[in-house]
Amino acid sequence: MATVSMTVNGNAVAADVEPDTLLVDYIREHIGLTGTHVGCDTSQCGSCCVMLDGDSVKSCTMLAVQAEGAEVTTIEGVADNGEFHPMQQAFHDNHALQCGFCTPGMVISAIDLAAKNPDIDEAGVRRGLEGNLCRCTGYHNIVKAVLAGAQAMKG
Amino acid sequence: MSGFNYHKASDVADAAGKSSSDDALPLAGGMTILPSIKLGLSDPSDLVDLAGIGDLKGVSVDGDTVTIGAMTRHADVAGSADVQQAIPALAALAGGIGDAQVRNRGTLGGSIANNDPAADYPAACLGLGATIVTSNREIAADDFFKGLFETALDAGEIITAVKFPVPAKAAYEKFPNPASRYALVGVFVSDGPAGTRVAVTGAGVNGVFRQGDMEAALGGSFSADALEGISVSEGDMASDLHAASDYRAHLVGVIAKRAVAAAAG
Repeated sequence: MATVSMTVNGNAVAADVEPDTLLVDYIREHIGLTGTHVGCDTSQCGSCCVMLDGDSVKSCTMLAVQAEGAEVTTIEGVADNGEFHPMQQAFHDNHALQCGFCTPGMVISAIDLAAKNPDIDEAGVRRGLEGNLCRCTGYHNIVKAVLAGAQAMKG
Repeated sequence: MSGFNYHKASDVADAAGKSSSDDALPLAGGMTILPSIKLGLSDPSDLVDLAGIGDLKGVSVDGDTVTIGAMTRHADVAGSADVQQAIPALAALAGGIGDAQVRNRGTLGGSIANNDPAADYPAACLGLGATIVTSNREIAADDFFKGLFETALDAGEIITAVKFPVPAKAAYEKFPNPASRYALVGVFVSDGPAGTRVAVTGAGVNGVFRQGDMEAALGGSFSADALEGISVSEGDMASDLHAASDYRAHLVGVIAKRAVAAAAG
């Protein structure tokens, strides 16, 4: 057991965990934030994406101890005082989900992608979301949403 | 997960000491080790995290050599203005590894220490004639990759950096597996101070390899046409559910020509 401390959605958190505890389990089981999902648990589907020190990462493929001292943002932390983040609003406006299971990871990845590529085009969105799988939508509305969200994020 | 001890190494000597036992493994980005442990394919007693060692990160250019720290992430190599200018093929290769989240965690040193037969970076090291710098020696890429998931590294030997000579021409082309983005076939070609090189990943039954017939042909004329008629032995190719050996042998020829055309262009 080791005490692992980090900042999650602006709040300082700490929990005693085993070294083999995954970051996603730390977030879900120890911090109690279940918006971050576990889909494949094999690093492929991207449902577990969170922002870690400004970059999207798959939290099922990282140990909690590796995130000691880090700044983590989960899907629960992207809205601002009850106002959707522009990317969340774009997913809502474009009906970019069906079952919604992949959506937290999609939104996190999309925010990272748009923040680093403000003028991204459709091909860039499709390539940039290679690490996120959706089994429902066929991606068309997701791509539309990310393009709209990227525009909105430019303000 | 299987239960292991976790150590955060303070410097390279500390990392080398703590990872010297047979059952201990250094932990770089973890993009292979952690999935392998979760699947029961690896069961280390100890993981020795290299992430806190600051001097293993970063890119520097000195004359005709680009030196990249072993813990430099793929995203940082892809985005490095220095790498983009000196060896654009290397920056492009790094930007095509896995997905964005892999590139945000995965590292150069971790990739080549693992020597996955379908990984991209081994082709760059072999295709550019790089030198792998470790905690106790320098190893030419030609002597480093020893077969599937095998390298010249000893237990407790830590990669600290890779030195890439700047080529006159270079390009990397890959035919990615559409699901995993690993190279079904990837070919790195270069012409420069390390000679004329053709390194193939994803295809070989023993992992990354140099294609001597193609190198000889390109040494005469560095053009895609020079590769016309060169056949790749099916017997040297891997065969699995993703592609049969004859298909891989064919693809090596196709992808090599594309790479040479891109480098010569």
